[in-house]
Amino acid sequence: MRLAEYRYSTLQGIRSQLLFVGQVEAVRMGEVVRVIAPDGHELEGEVLTVHKNDVLIQVFGECRGLDIQNTTVVFTDAIKQTPLSPTMLNRVFSGSMHPLDNKPMFVPDRWWPTGGFPLNPTLRESPREFIETGISAIDGLTTLVKGQKLPIFSCAGLPSRQMVADILKYSRTPQGNFVVIFVALGLTHHDYAFYMRTLEELNTHYVAIVNLASDSVLERLLAPRFGLTVAEYFAFQHGMDALAVVTDMTNYCDALREISSAREELPGRRGYPGYMYSDLALLFERAGRIKGRPGSVTMLPVVTMPEDDITHPIPDLTGYITEGQIVLSREMHQQGIYPPIDVLPSLSRLMQHGIGEGLTRKDHRTVANDLYRQYARGRDLRGLAAIVGREGMTETDRRILDFCDGFEKEFVHHQVGRRSVLETLDLGKELLARYTPP
Amino acid sequence: MTGRIIGITGPTVTVDLADLKLYDRLKVGHGGLQGEVVRLASDHAVVQVYEETKGLGVGEPAQPLGVPLSVRLGPGLMGQVYDGLQRPLPLMGEKFGPFIRPGCELPSLPEDSTWLFTPLKKAGDRIEAGGALGFVRENSFDHYIFAQTGGVISTIALGEINLQTPVATLEDTTLLHPAHDWPIRTPRPFRRKLPPTSPLITGQRVLDFFFPLSLGGTAIIPGGFGTGKTILEQAIAKHAAVDVVVYVGCGERGNEMAEMLEEFASLNDPWSGRPLAERTIMVANTSNMSVAAREASIYTAVSMAEYYRDMGCHVLLLADSISRWAEALREVSSALEEMPGEEGYPTYLASRLSGYFSRAGVVETINGKMGSLSMILSVSPPGGDFTEPTTQACLRASGAFYMLDTSLAHRRHFPAINWVQSYSLYAEDVDKHFSEAVSPAWATLKQKGLALLQKEEKLREVSEIVGAEELQDEDHLLLHTAGELRDRFLCQNSFSDDGFSTPEQTVRLMDLIVRQYEEATTRLAQGEELSVLLKEMQ
Ligand SMILES: Nc1ncnc2c1ncn2[C@@H]1O[C@H](COP(=O)(O)OP(=O)(O)OP(=O)(O)O)[C@@H](O)[C@H]1O
Ligand SMILES: [Mg+2]
Repeated sequence: MRLAEYRYSTLQGIRSQLLFVGQVEAVRMGEVVRVIAPDGHELEGEVLTVHKNDVLIQVFGECRGLDIQNTTVVFTDAIKQTPLSPTMLNRVFSGSMHPLDNKPMFVPDRWWPTGGFPLNPTLRESPREFIETGISAIDGLTTLVKGQKLPIFSCAGLPSRQMVADILKYSRTPQGNFVVIFVALGLTHHDYAFYMRTLEELNTHYVAIVNLASDSVLERLLAPRFGLTVAEYFAFQHGMDALAVVTDMTNYCDALREISSAREELPGRRGYPGYMYSDLALLFERAGRIKGRPGSVTMLPVVTMPEDDITHPIPDLTGYITEGQIVLSREMHQQGIYPPIDVLPSLSRLMQHGIGEGLTRKDHRTVANDLYRQYARGRDLRGLAAIVGREGMTETDRRILDFCDGFEKEFVHHQVGRRSVLETLDLGKELLARYTPP
Repeated sequence: MTGRIIGITGPTVTVDLADLKLYDRLKVGHGGLQGEVVRLASDHAVVQVYEETKGLGVGEPAQPLGVPLSVRLGPGLMGQVYDGLQRPLPLMGEKFGPFIRPGCELPSLPEDSTWLFTPLKKAGDRIEAGGALGFVRENSFDHYIFAQTGGVISTIALGEINLQTPVATLEDTTLLHPAHDWPIRTPRPFRRKLPPTSPLITGQRVLDFFFPLSLGGTAIIPGGFGTGKTILEQAIAKHAAVDVVVYVGCGERGNEMAEMLEEFASLNDPWSGRPLAERTIMVANTSNMSVAAREASIYTAVSMAEYYRDMGCHVLLLADSISRWAEALREVSSALEEMPGEEGYPTYLASRLSGYFSRAGVVETINGKMGSLSMILSVSPPGGDFTEPTTQACLRASGAFYMLDTSLAHRRHFPAINWVQSYSLYAEDVDKHFSEAVSPAWATLKQKGLALLQKEEKLREVSEIVGAEELQDEDHLLLHTAGELRDRFLCQNSFSDDGFSTPEQTVRLMDLIVRQYEEATTRLAQGEELSVLLKEMQ
């Protein structure tokens, strides 16, 4: 530990959000720096690489107004930390953890490193128990389990915003010790206003961290890390079940690409850096539970698939890390189904551990399997119906087709509000019975 | 000789030391982070650091250890769970809490635990390097203690030993210890390699019957996300007919490892009936753990696997996923600013991989025993595109190719092994073995089964063009049978009782399906109604 802060005015170059500083002594990787512009305003930054006395710094915020001669860099000897306190609940912060709700900053109870540490796999409690989102297609067929990471794969123009709002509003656990951490990345002002209204109406505890489209790109990389540190704090310090909803990870990945290219790193697929898998894993793997401790961190990130392409590196790498996916469909949206979840490619890999007797209901697995099987058959038959016509089909096949329509319009579609998982299961059973041959 | 850190980039650190050897181990920083020399210059060296470099400072010390990156081999390995650097994760959890912070270090083996030693040599005997001095009981099998140096034995222990005291001395006063360190990047020696001919039974019908692996063989399982690589690897880890399983979770999910640990603690080896943990060593270097340690993890694992092979065991190494290793290699390479090859991977990717695959095989050990090391590695091609460099390099080096098919997985046909594209170069030898040991009809049934599946494929194509009405009755019979074959034989739900099948059960099921089909065909030709036959076959 150094006793004093070191100040340097030895800038050698500036390139977008990177500063090159020379003649620096004893600097640390990842050290937080304060950059003081000639007009006195301050920015934060972080040490990226060091070679001998030359240091490369990345700056969080807009570098406009910095120059070589009169800019000062202060090395703080500290690694990026997140301020934490129970009084953060129901508050809104920026991507650099400054209050956005016109209230004063809270007094931190403790500080945790923003990057987190890997959880020892032998001390992980494997995900069990159920989180109710209030959305039938999710709760019934792709159940979310505490400690899981389950992304929503959306397409541009689909109502993922409304879905996020509904999930924020409707999610809960049977135990009730629940907090949602809402992280917004690259948000437009219009969406910002929308989400702020949503947050005001929440009945559950929340902490919101918002990075606007006009905010710094580097902050976009930091915001989810703050969010997850906050989630870990409420989960493992206060024993709560924390659900981190992050939207939109596509903006995150684009920020990663932008910074990578500013650093002149070798681009990988579609220009995204080769380390994007590891970088995303560092975020998503923070979901989990710890043996012998209450509390859990569950993640529900939203990914907008560029060009509706699931093999694009962003959804592809996400799928390689997460435990399943919820896929939205343009076709269903066009038919007026909300939320437009296509249950066929959707899957919750941990579902079997979160459902059944004592968790949801004894018949959950059977109902889910039957619904899935009938619906899959119906979808196959639709292709046939388009060729031979409904009349050319057998009575059984026609019933399955009707089931398929009913399933989409009544089960997947939500006219208003949430359904409890029991309502969801009853509805599913009723649909199955209605269209099963007598 | 202590040096200083002069530069840090990602997982690599430059130190001002000159007198080092390539791949020597170092400790860097006040926290003593582990590293390995990867590049040398006249006045500095570049070190690949196996832990998070955040917080590491320029000017902090760098301490060379004078030995290459190694694993510790000796009694007590079995049942352990290690990270990529062979640090014991359960003990780390006990000592340092649930989160892994840089610089935590603990011995890989319980150095103070005691073992009952039975010598195989006596004072005055000559022993060669790698020869067996004796053995201790580790769970249910004999764990041999090898001499690290050759010579004439002057004293040798009997009865209780621990890992800290020598188990024998040589006349030239060399002390022989029960545990030793082995450099992970160096293959362990053997007398000679033997051709792989006997089967490695996986308990998966589609593999054992159509694409069998042999003991000492290598297989890859490439597939896009969610196609079932991990479930298949874990199913094989549970059911394979081998003595020892080394499972590497290489850059994959923490929850999967937790799940597996939980399951393995409660399940038994279906062959010996003993707890699975007694035959399994796990290396868990999850995706959020150090990338450089991920690169090392597969070498740590293979060295432990070779060690048990040298005792005359049949060892199976499973790694999930080798692509994450290749990516780690790429990250380190790019931090070193090496010239990139295809898709940014270093140009030595393929040679490293083939070097790795060649550590598998059946061998005659130094002690004249037969041991084998087989490998089944999963591959995660970006975008499910098999033309990418890692899949291609693995394809060239491996003997069996188990291709997972996204469309099968979407239809929930698991294991989603594509039966047209997959292959095994071991099939001929292994089939001979199965025909002799299990059923003389093995090879014939296999051909009939494959023919059924191929005909089905053709019929489907035809019916798509001319419509299903044009199909003959015997075509319907075939389609029905092929459907049965897919649903009942090829599919094997890992979460059900059907998750494991012995070769006897496998061939019996195939025989049943084929026989039913043949009988029905005959009866159809004799004029019986298709609908009646189909109903009977339900
Ligand atoms: N043999 C099987 N029996 C039943 N279900 C299976 C089987 N194999 C796969 N599945 C289903 O598919 C899901 C994904 O399987 P798995 O986790 O093995 O995929 P993966 O190929 O390892 O994916 P990733 O590359 O993302 O790690 C499982 O959660 C399970 O629902
Ligand atoms: Mg997997």
